[in-house]
Amino acid sequence: MSKFKKKKKGLPAVNTAALPDIVFMLLFFFMVTTTMRETDLRIENPRLPSATEIKKLEDKSLVSTIYVGKSKDPERDGVGYNKIQLNDKIASADQVPAFIFSKRDKLAEAMHPFMTTSIKADKESNVGTITDIRLKLRDVNALKISYSTQKGSNQ
Amino acid sequence: MARRENPEINAGSMADIAFLLLIFFLVTTTMNVDSGISKKLSEKPPQDYVPPVIKEKNILEVVINRNNELLVENERTELKDLKELAKKFIDNGGGVGKPGEDGSPGKPCDYCKGEKSEASSDHPNKAIISVQSDRGTEYGTYITVQNELLRAYSELRNRLSKERYGVSYDELEQQFQDAKKSAELKGRVDELRKKVEDIKISYPQIISDAEPTSS
Repeated sequence: MSKFKKKKKGLPAVNTAALPDIVFMLLFFFMVTTTMRETDLRIENPRLPSATEIKKLEDKSLVSTIYVGKSKDPERDGVGYNKIQLNDKIASADQVPAFIFSKRDKLAEAMHPFMTTSIKADKESNVGTITDIRLKLRDVNALKISYSTQKGSNQ
Repeated sequence: MARRENPEINAGSMADIAFLLLIFFLVTTTMNVDSGISKKLSEKPPQDYVPPVIKEKNILEVVINRNNELLVENERTELKDLKELAKKFIDNGGGVGKPGEDGSPGKPCDYCKGEKSEASSDHPNKAIISVQSDRGTEYGTYITVQNELLRAYSELRNRLSKERYGVSYDELEQQFQDAKKSAELKGRVDELRKKVEDIKISYPQIISDAEPTSS
């Protein structure tokens, strides 16, 4: 008779054994898709202008990014929205060709025409700065550029 | 009788560890793809380069001054009117187009719906939009102007594509991109490329950046 004793009543605990699996799955997803920011911004995060006719930049390895905006450290770099950042430091437009060459060195010769320069400039930067960069890019035959913008709405 | 201990590792905190890592990656992750207005610069002209003479009527002059004000063909214009002006200019079709590469004479624009005015552009492939800005112009304004001009082109392209192929140019381009990627649509790639090229050539985007003024 004791074998058929009534089972103890009580709230059965929810089985959480599969919880780690679910969380790990999410974790791996984010680990795979994540891209760490590879450069430290010396300028304040540029407020990109918005536009509607935009194209996505396909291949990240073919893109070199030039930032233009306001320096985080005005005492050292000066004020204004026209500071150019190449790699990790504030530079001038004259250093753009060297920057492009260093990017080119990492890629095969055949890929050079497909390289794109993405200009991430603040809304309040001046066209003059952008033009200086553009002229330098033209000098070294880096002809594909992309003005980075956010997706805006049709007014 | 000694009770056998069930050797089980307590995995209760595993979830906590995983959550911690998960939250770290959630915070550091940046999913945004870089996107923007793409542009192809012209090559550096040789030293002794003489620019070709272009008829005044084939150029739409857009000037942005240092106070971010807009001047189209020497008249003050609001930004919201720029697109319509550009469309009217591109789509005018008042004369014959560029001669073909094989030397065939230029044809008049048979798909244009413009006024065919003598005073405006001859053909979409001759119509040049020249944007001149000041060095002090704000970048945001400059981009908005470029965007409006591109919108004018894409609206014209969409219209023509709808007429010729029944789908808008955006969809056509999307289909082309999809076809390039997938294996079973391989047969359609050439057909779609032809269509895309056809629309592109019909309304080529000719936006030139003039040297900025520095007053």
